[in-house]
Amino acid sequence: MVSPLGNTVADSWAGIVNGKSGVAPIETFDPSAFSTHFSASVKNLALDEYMPAKETRKMDPFIQYGMVAGLQAVADSGLEVNEANAGRIGAAIGSGIGGIGSIEDTALTIEHKGPRRISPFFVPGAIINMIAGNLSIKYGFKGPNVAVTTACTTGTHCIGWAARMIMYGEADAMVAGGAEMATTPVGLGGFAAARALSTRNDDPQAASRPWDRARDGFVLGDGAGVMVLEEYEQARARGARIYAELAGFGMSGDAYHMTSPPEDGAGASLSMQNAVDDAGVALEAINYINAHGTSTPAGDVAECLAIKRIMGSAVDQVAVSSTKSMVGHLLGAAGAIEAIFSVLAIRDQVAPPTINLDDPDTGCDINLVPHTAQERPIEAVLSNSFGFGGTNGSLIFRRV
Amino acid sequence: MSSIEERVKKIVAEQLGVKEEEVKSEASFVEDLGADSLDTVELVMALEEEFETEIPDEEAEKITTVQLAIDYINQNLA
Repeated sequence: MVSPLGNTVADSWAGIVNGKSGVAPIETFDPSAFSTHFSASVKNLALDEYMPAKETRKMDPFIQYGMVAGLQAVADSGLEVNEANAGRIGAAIGSGIGGIGSIEDTALTIEHKGPRRISPFFVPGAIINMIAGNLSIKYGFKGPNVAVTTACTTGTHCIGWAARMIMYGEADAMVAGGAEMATTPVGLGGFAAARALSTRNDDPQAASRPWDRARDGFVLGDGAGVMVLEEYEQARARGARIYAELAGFGMSGDAYHMTSPPEDGAGASLSMQNAVDDAGVALEAINYINAHGTSTPAGDVAECLAIKRIMGSAVDQVAVSSTKSMVGHLLGAAGAIEAIFSVLAIRDQVAPPTINLDDPDTGCDINLVPHTAQERPIEAVLSNSFGFGGTNGSLIFRRV
Repeated sequence: MSSIEERVKKIVAEQLGVKEEEVKSEASFVEDLGADSLDTVELVMALEEEFETEIPDEEAEKITTVQLAIDYINQNLA
């Protein structure tokens, strides 16, 4: 994992359970003409510890982040590729937006220097499926090689579909996740124009405040999350360290509006219900929900209503939090890093906090884990992602 | 001001991610220095930038070694 809180899973998770914020003023370009001046960006990533400069030079930052996360994940899994299993290992890693910084830079190159100066690596360095592509080249994964792209549900859908590919018998192991680096003038300006971003420039670390009455939009986040999914019997047979079982996956479409969810959270409900049905899990066993919770006025309350509707009487025991309060919204990487946080919540039996939640909005009267993490028994975790276009996905992880 | 040879070798080293001492004059970009077809396109672009010139595609295709790059620059710019 590469996140605003650290460039490994361990560092990022330590920040999460301790309620740290990864939000800071933007330093990669001058944001003063924009309505938002801050982001949750990656800091001090030592790329040369992972890949030679010759390779990273040809990759947009979102690909670099995805590669680093992928290399970490494969190393941690102990998975070894050989002639016999290469065709049974694949990759499903997407991005919500892709190499938008490279596209901007190249447009400027054409404007200022002409089309002859376009790099031959522009296209392979910017398109969305190149994390899956580059990882397969590095390791020799010859199984399915895809990149699902569904805005802010990208990471969740990639992981869910990767699991389905294993269930369908197309692969025995899949490297799955998402990556994003959209903190560029066009990325920031685009989300600002859609009125999606917080403008709390006087206090950036308090800007991401899901469910709080004073929330005013999300904080753009950068990074990548990648996990290795493996068929259970095979993983057990090779003595792999199994963090959790991916027990359920559900999807739905809002069929409502380009950027807003329906007020009653109907799409979110259907996605969660489909995941619960797929997992065959008792609602009482879902002890933690990693919510989509972006800190936007409409989305947070709708999700809360949806959670109450799905959980019924089991809502009294569930802890619900938004790790986006600390790392911001990583768009296509969000579902992937949140899936990893969900798995670690099971491993460590701790529900991460929702920081900055001082005054919960009307209707948000459930345990939203304000300010500090809660140690508690966690049997299963549900993780939600919802994206522009009304694309929803939910994953359920269960303790093994 | 460094010589054309030094400037060419420095660019080759940077573009192909190799050490400058590995960039011998007789070295072939593809066979000795690990370049692929896109690397060589980008290398020619970097040479164009450094020497503020335009190398036509039919000429660029012939530049396959460090020495050929040095010769081209010497003949066309000196």
